[in-house]
Amino acid sequence: MLDLIAPFFERLYDTTGLNFSPFYNSYDWGRLVEGMWVSVKLITAIIAVSLVIGVIGAGAQTSRLRIIRWMVSAYIEIFRNTPPIVQLLFFYFGLGAITPQVDMGGWYEPAIGSFGWAVIAIGIFGGSYNVEIFRSGIEAVPASTKEAAESLGFSGFKIFVYVTFPLALRICLPALTNNIVSLAKTSSLAYVIAVPEITYSLSGIWSDSVNVPEMMLLLFGYYIVLIAIIARIMTMIERKIALPGYGQ
Amino acid sequence: MMSPTGNWTVEQPIVALHGVHKSFGSLEVLKGIDIDVMKGEVVCIIGPSGSGKSTLIRTINGLTPVSKGSVKVEGIEVHDAKLDKLALRRKVGIVFQQYNLFPHRTVLQNVMMAPLLVLRENRTEVEERARALLAKVKLKDKENAYPAELSGGQQQRVAIARSLCMRPDVMLFDEVTAALDPETVKEVLVTIRDLAMDGMTCMLVTHEMGFAREISDRVYFTDAGRIVESGPPSQIFETPQDPRTQEFLSKVL
Repeated sequence: MLDLIAPFFERLYDTTGLNFSPFYNSYDWGRLVEGMWVSVKLITAIIAVSLVIGVIGAGAQTSRLRIIRWMVSAYIEIFRNTPPIVQLLFFYFGLGAITPQVDMGGWYEPAIGSFGWAVIAIGIFGGSYNVEIFRSGIEAVPASTKEAAESLGFSGFKIFVYVTFPLALRICLPALTNNIVSLAKTSSLAYVIAVPEITYSLSGIWSDSVNVPEMMLLLFGYYIVLIAIIARIMTMIERKIALPGYGQ
Repeated sequence: MMSPTGNWTVEQPIVALHGVHKSFGSLEVLKGIDIDVMKGEVVCIIGPSGSGKSTLIRTINGLTPVSKGSVKVEGIEVHDAKLDKLALRRKVGIVFQQYNLFPHRTVLQNVMMAPLLVLRENRTEVEERARALLAKVKLKDKENAYPAELSGGQQQRVAIARSLCMRPDVMLFDEVTAALDPETVKEVLVTIRDLAMDGMTCMLVTHEMGFAREISDRVYFTDAGRIVESGPPSQIFETPQDPRTQEFLSKVL
């Protein structure tokens, strides 16, 4: 791959001074690929954590126990009303400092690394929005539809699994797509706690090769393509589960 | 758990309401209702809007709890805290004014869902039964359609098939034609009539006076939470005794 494009980018550098070092230098190429891979892993993990929190939180919000409902509300208030970068720093430097260290055979490493903290922090941040998104979907399912299931003998749990949730998901999918795209972009903040995702690894390259504008362009292009792919996947899901003649 | 049907026999009422009261806050909508329905009977409940007809029928499968009084189905008290709701809901089917089908499932899946998920019955058997029921309500060719692709009358017939697939002993119909176009009302009424002729015990809340008169064994006229008058349809529609019944019928007939 690199052998194929390297001559072109070397010539480009020689003739115009545009230095896309990752496209001819195998060391920088490795850093770019690694950064993209970590970024994709990070985004996937963040989205997964935020969805799990969203579903559990929305379920907990319907709890009969006031204390549980109160805790969910407090969680939403705290994490929606503070900047994600502050949350990230708080988790990594605040909580990270007091989490146990693991003996690695001579040296010590924190039990949760920067990647782990980024997933936790941004996942919790995104989850606070997802709780509200799922809740709005669940509330939009007509009581009469649930009543029909109840009168057919469905238990409360089966009503949720087979009726309420499938309908709520369809109702809230557009809002969910927005939040997932937003989270994918927010993942770049993990840069501040040195997670070797794309922003961080390209910053390493531009420090070494002093090709800041070129690497910025590359970073920009990466996110445009990535977000386009995520948006396309979400549209495909939306189309796949759309109901003929329902809600149009 | 719901005790076994116990000592109920077919000589006794299959549905028995005694002194049923229901209040929503300070509003008392049912003020002492007594109705006995025998197996195989078709009973219509008529009366002006707001007279508590829908509330009344919803107490029979436990969707609306009663404030006072007793509702028994096959001799078992519906409003017993220890009642096994599932056992009750196997016995009593209900069809609503707004059909309330599951919009994310096809017609066939709508009919099959409860027997499969609730009763955990064998899929092949349920599918066979569901197809037979869809044929009975004349929707055999619509089994793969989604509810939103059907007319109101078709949706309502699916709702009837869905209830029947649980093989209930009693069917409740809560103003099932009230939301339909006049031309689709008939197809739903024909379905209910066929069901009644097959011997299903039916209780209907309805504004279709002609239909009530034709199909009922007994008609109850309710007003302001009380049963004002009851009797065979010929008596209620031709020689009503109570002035309120007379006034209501003169308005709607």
